[in-house]
Amino acid sequence: MKLFKSAVCAVALAAFATSASARDLVMNANTSDPAQKLAMENLIAEFEAAYPEIDVKFNLYDHEAFKVAMRNFLVSDAPDLITWNAGNRMKVFVDLGLFEDVSDVWEAEGLYEKMPAVVGASSVDGKQYGVPYAYYAWGFYYRKDLFEQAGITETPTTWEEFKAVGEQLNAAGITPVTIGTKNLWPAAGWFDFLNLRVNGVEFHAELMDGKVAYTDPRVRAVFEKWGELVEADFYIENHPAYSFQEALPFMNQGNAAMYLLAPFIVSMFPEDVRAQVEWFPFPIIDSDVGIYEDAPTDSFHIPVNAKNKEDARLFLAFAAQADVQTRTAATLDMLPPNVNASVKDDRFAQGGFAQLSKADGIMQFFDRDTDPALAKVAMQGFQEFLQNPDRLDRILEQIEAERARIYGAL
Amino acid sequence: MFPRPIQETTRARQVMYKVALPVSLVVWLLPMIAIIATAGRSLSDLNYGNYWGIPTEWVFFENFAAVFGSSSIGVYLLNSFIITIPSIIGALFLSTLAGAGLALYRFRGRFFLLALFIAGNFVPFQILMIPVRQLTLDLGVYDSYLGVILFQIAFQTGFCTFFMRNFIAELPFELVEAARAEGVSEWKILIHIIVPLVRPALAALAVLQFTFIWNDFFWPLILIQSDELRPITLGLTTLKGQFISSFNLLAAGSLIAALPPVMMFFAMQKHFIAGLTLGASKG
Amino acid sequence: MADLPMMPAQRTRMTTSFFRKHKLLLMPLAFIAPAFAMFSLFVIYPIIQSIGLSFTQWQGIGPKTWVGLNNYRMLFNDAVFWTSLMNNVYWLVLFLLAPVFGLFVALFLNQTVFGIRLVKSLFFFPFVVSQIVVGIIFAWFYDPAFGLLATVLEPIGLDMPPILSDETLATFGIILAGLWPQTAYCMILYLTGLNSVNPEVIEAARLDGAKGWQLLVKIVLPQLRAATFIALVVTIIGALRSFDLVAVMTEGGPYNSSNVLAYYMYDNAIFRYRMGYASSIATVLFLIMNVYIVWFLMRLWNNEKGTR
Repeated sequence: MKLFKSAVCAVALAAFATSASARDLVMNANTSDPAQKLAMENLIAEFEAAYPEIDVKFNLYDHEAFKVAMRNFLVSDAPDLITWNAGNRMKVFVDLGLFEDVSDVWEAEGLYEKMPAVVGASSVDGKQYGVPYAYYAWGFYYRKDLFEQAGITETPTTWEEFKAVGEQLNAAGITPVTIGTKNLWPAAGWFDFLNLRVNGVEFHAELMDGKVAYTDPRVRAVFEKWGELVEADFYIENHPAYSFQEALPFMNQGNAAMYLLAPFIVSMFPEDVRAQVEWFPFPIIDSDVGIYEDAPTDSFHIPVNAKNKEDARLFLAFAAQADVQTRTAATLDMLPPNVNASVKDDRFAQGGFAQLSKADGIMQFFDRDTDPALAKVAMQGFQEFLQNPDRLDRILEQIEAERARIYGAL
Repeated sequence: MFPRPIQETTRARQVMYKVALPVSLVVWLLPMIAIIATAGRSLSDLNYGNYWGIPTEWVFFENFAAVFGSSSIGVYLLNSFIITIPSIIGALFLSTLAGAGLALYRFRGRFFLLALFIAGNFVPFQILMIPVRQLTLDLGVYDSYLGVILFQIAFQTGFCTFFMRNFIAELPFELVEAARAEGVSEWKILIHIIVPLVRPALAALAVLQFTFIWNDFFWPLILIQSDELRPITLGLTTLKGQFISSFNLLAAGSLIAALPPVMMFFAMQKHFIAGLTLGASKG
Repeated sequence: MADLPMMPAQRTRMTTSFFRKHKLLLMPLAFIAPAFAMFSLFVIYPIIQSIGLSFTQWQGIGPKTWVGLNNYRMLFNDAVFWTSLMNNVYWLVLFLLAPVFGLFVALFLNQTVFGIRLVKSLFFFPFVVSQIVVGIIFAWFYDPAFGLLATVLEPIGLDMPPILSDETLATFGIILAGLWPQTAYCMILYLTGLNSVNPEVIEAARLDGAKGWQLLVKIVLPQLRAATFIALVVTIIGALRSFDLVAVMTEGGPYNSSNVLAYYMYDNAIFRYRMGYASSIATVLFLIMNVYIVWFLMRLWNNEKGTR
């Protein structure tokens, strides 16, 4: 009986304790990739261990559903924290006054020194509106065994070498590049790199800001280079039928040798294939142009209408710590923005890190850097160009019309 | 009965039917079989492009365990029932009333009213997202079961009214006339004459509504935020990644989600033929 | 058809006592009022608001700018709008095969043999299973490299056309996938309808020597009128709302060739942050459909006048 009594007391006490001191921290996230899920679960568990009085309520959405839901919850019943992307995608919501200024967290935690690479992407007018937890490099994932089979010993570093590699692969009966353009964005990666390599980062940034016409000869120069690849049969057939994921079997089956993509692909190579996969950065086209890279950045933000901003700030500070970032980025196969964190010891993360370290400038990604409506029209244009290079004039006019609609005539 | 019951036909035809039935079932369900097979494949097989061949290994158990393990699927299933059942009852109740009102009486404006109920279905409903969200906020039912239920009742009432009106309009009107002549109240006519006669239609409509509301994930996405209130369709979308989708888990999850409506259909079938005897006077 | 008893004349109803006349006016209003109230609040009112939004430029959040008819002007100059509209016409026309197929499946299954309830339930499955998964499976079915069709066709020396990456074929590939669940839907409606077909009329017709096709067209189909009307309406609604399959199979591509208005609207509203423009697409679709509804109801009315 005594035992029973004390048990009841204990339960009552525990219930009292949780209800009295538990602070709810609601977090809505779009991190539904398997690795992302795991990384977030771990991060939240670590945070709750460090702050036992805080209870994180985690609402996970798939990425597209999140875009739908976000516009609703930000203005109605906002969570305390959300995951989103730095750069222009963040700026849209900052301009609408929906994201909280978190410069104080940057200040207090000394993040300006600790995360120099992502300050720009997190800032609007000199204030910071989010704290990045991971970023990543884009580059070529290629199969070493197929390269060897085609007699290629060195990875290409220049445009000429790159085209030669494609020629050799084709001669060996291997399609040089796999790509799935149903999702559109895989093609945008190509455009970004070609433009950055041909015209440099300043021009690219201006183009993304709608300050240059898509019918500009410098844009045409990019498509000229791109057309060389299309003409030389670099790409697999029927790529609009495939999502980025559905285009992967070509590489896994050994029909295609390279894929221009980002680290989230790594876990998708079956183990025996992964053993053969290596990484190289996008080759140099014009040696007078510096090395510029895409490095999409994922970050945490506090909605302006959040209820528990104090604990949300605690979370931001926690997620920015070097050791936490080391673990999060490692689970994600991505890079930690905190310079004191360590980069995962594998060839992909290290390769991407080395490339970004020597980069002269960094962009986010086509559909994160420019207006979403323009991005859509442009990416559809890229897809059409890859299938029908002869339609280039009409395609560029279409994109330019959309640019002019959004940013005005030049 | 049409077509002629197979039992009354020649022996040869009976045998043919018995063969044709399973064969057509297999052909019809070929995509379904593919979905089931996908639910048993490993992601590695799918990444190899092995969508149709013999899988290198069957991982049914692992995949279903992963679906159950990675999400609170039990809660989601329960939520789906909590949302679906009151919504159906509400929509069927309102629409039987309205359907009878439109079918049994002649008054000016009924044409317009029926058109209105149908017209509501012809809007691409996603566009209503923001006004509806605002409305549920104003009513204080945002992020609750009630918000979704109220909306589902209202939205489905349009189609259901149209459906019920048509079936009621097909009923032998002299039954209503006779009852009225005997002084039976309109309400009693509805309950004791109309409703028993339209039971098959109500059963079919209940099955359809169950499927619609059960499968809808757009409105819960807009009107519900908390993970613990989500129905299964919304819960399962998180198997679709930002970049990477676990197609095998998606297939497994979709099978789990599809079972309740199919069982509902199985259970409601016997009601499809009820009311037949009463309806016999019709012609 | 001679044995169809005619309804008593309507006139008897109209000439009864004042009270009854009164009652027959009030009862329908009482019956309809609750449904009408709910529907107006949650559907009609938001529709009106959405139509209002079509005259604004709006990201979906933040300030709205009144732009008058600007969205409509843009819309009519938008090639994607016209492509989508055309594709919706293809959807509408080809989707009408679903009621036809559905009728035949229902006739085929309308027997009482052992296990038929289970068989019917299994035939119902496609309608129930997630459209997203249906889309994925059909995409793999068509996959020109690893798809089932390609695997079957290749050994016999036939080339698999790349259906979903071909700008002229993509829409039809998606419609075919859509017909599968839609047929199951129509099947249900006809199974219900067949159960309320009067067996005496059938038997009488059989005695008169009617059978097979003739019996179906002359005797059975007229009795399935309610089911047919509903099947047509839901099929048309389905064709116009075609959305999930387009989203998952092609995202409207390649380069918008398989886009439809519902998806284009959604794409604008959600992914392009153009809520006002999306509203104008929805409004145009709504107006087109209203013309159709009115025409449809006229026919329904005239039809019923014939029998009442």
